[in-house]
Amino acid sequence: MSSQEQVQRDKSSGGGDAPVDPPEAVQGQINTQNVDSILDEIDGVLESNAEEFVKNFVQKGGQ
Amino acid sequence: MLRVRRVMGAETEFGLSQPGNPRANPMRDSARVVDAYAGPRGLKSSQNFWDFATESPLADARGFFMNIADADASQLTHVPADDVEAQYLANVVTENGARYYVDHAHPEYSSPEVLTPRDVVTFDRAGDLVALESVRTLEKSAEPVNLYKNNTDSKGASYGTHENYLVDRSTDFDDIVTGLVPFFVTRQILCGSGRVGIGREGEGTGFQISSRADFFEAEVGLETTLRRPIVNTRDEPHADPAKYRRLHVIIGDATLAEPATFVRFGSTSLVLGLIEAGLAPRIELADALQSLWDVSHDLSLSTPLPLADGTTKTALEIQEIYYSACLEHADPDDAETSEVLAEWRRFLDGLSTDPTTLADSIDWVAKWVLLESYRSREGIDWDHPKLALIDVQYHDVRPEKGLFHKLERAGRIRRMTTDAEVEAAVVNAPDGTRAFLRSVAVSRLGEDLVAASWDSLVLNAGSFGVVRLPMHEPLKGTRELLAHRVEGIETAAGLLEALGVDRLTVKND
Repeated sequence: MSSQEQVQRDKSSGGGDAPVDPPEAVQGQINTQNVDSILDEIDGVLESNAEEFVKNFVQKGGQ
Repeated sequence: MLRVRRVMGAETEFGLSQPGNPRANPMRDSARVVDAYAGPRGLKSSQNFWDFATESPLADARGFFMNIADADASQLTHVPADDVEAQYLANVVTENGARYYVDHAHPEYSSPEVLTPRDVVTFDRAGDLVALESVRTLEKSAEPVNLYKNNTDSKGASYGTHENYLVDRSTDFDDIVTGLVPFFVTRQILCGSGRVGIGREGEGTGFQISSRADFFEAEVGLETTLRRPIVNTRDEPHADPAKYRRLHVIIGDATLAEPATFVRFGSTSLVLGLIEAGLAPRIELADALQSLWDVSHDLSLSTPLPLADGTTKTALEIQEIYYSACLEHADPDDAETSEVLAEWRRFLDGLSTDPTTLADSIDWVAKWVLLESYRSREGIDWDHPKLALIDVQYHDVRPEKGLFHKLERAGRIRRMTTDAEVEAAVVNAPDGTRAFLRSVAVSRLGEDLVAASWDSLVLNAGSFGVVRLPMHEPLKGTRELLAHRVEGIETAAGLLEALGVDRLTVKND
């Protein structure tokens, strides 16, 4: 792994922490070219109202 | 010599949603999901059908113990029949010997017992087809339900994907804990499913490796629904307790990519072999829980994890140590073991050079590459709902909607099974375990099968009344041992005769 990569850290799993920035350097590593063709296909199947879908996807806890 | 072969099984609790009706009762919908599968196939679905009673063996018949059940079928339930929730406790044993039922507020598929990581892959995936079949049936109803093979809603709720491994009972449980904790803390880099959002409620933005890590709060414990522990202590072997311990692993993510499922179970089985042989690496993390979270939150895989001896190691370094120990002690002539080691090696090599090369094998990488590509094309931030949607929809069990399925069908994710193998695994038991006998009973005995469980069948044996047939040994009742004997059998009496039971002892207490 390259040394300049920014490490995404969060000291606890609980609330209260400031939002963590995404790891820019790591993202830069991804070659997005070969997934572009699948993105168009995925656009066609994504649920239409993302915000409402995500809001409504509420689960009760399990094991 | 270590071999990967071991009695294992996979449990999946599916997330569920009724489109347009977020207030739908999830217990009722879970029961509808299970019944939607069972009904059209003529499988019995009721809580009475699962045999919760404890057996007390009376007579031996070719490895099985036999007794007369002193309970009527209606007494085999564990929830009072007048409990309002009892109506939702559907319980089905499917034709392949799996259990499909309502667990808390989720439908759960528990695979039949298998012996190899490849069979885990096949029979876990058969469960995805079972779930899909439920969705298809309910699509025709007024209240369709969609199912997601994932582990969280990122709003504070998590539900499990559990692994079961039978372990030699003579192995000290403390050795299991110390041997497993560093392995489990770091195993997520091999088989995490990835998740948008940091923290239990997704209060931090970004992407992380494991969908379950943030929900763990203890190192060792009995609970599975709160204060979840890295090593779960539930001791319910569903087998001869003098011989076996069932290690109930609750820390894994639901993996869809077959190579990830394969390495998840294969590597864990080998590490358990090391522990049983007293050969586990001696590594002690200074703070296992913090390390668990840190590994999940570090996409660069470079976080130094503090050890009890004052030094540090990265997740990859710890995995290398476990891999090397397994390689050193593995039977080089065992093909199944070698295949697991080769895949584990390929994962470690890819993760240490360029993780994105494993977008065809590991869910967290596949999902990360997909999300990152989408994000950069759209110019959106990690808190955009479309990314949260992609995170959930990756796990949709429907091939036309599930993004994992889209990727796999486009040849972007490696596959180990074929459609035909998985379809066959929906209706046929795996080789090598008692799941075969359970499968035969469910598929052929009709009303003669009163109830079933992992380690028993309750049969209606005519003049003898209700007979419980315990199956304490998972390696008996197999296709190899019984297929020729049970051919054409369609009654409980016929099955008992085929098993060589010619005498039933009446219990007099």
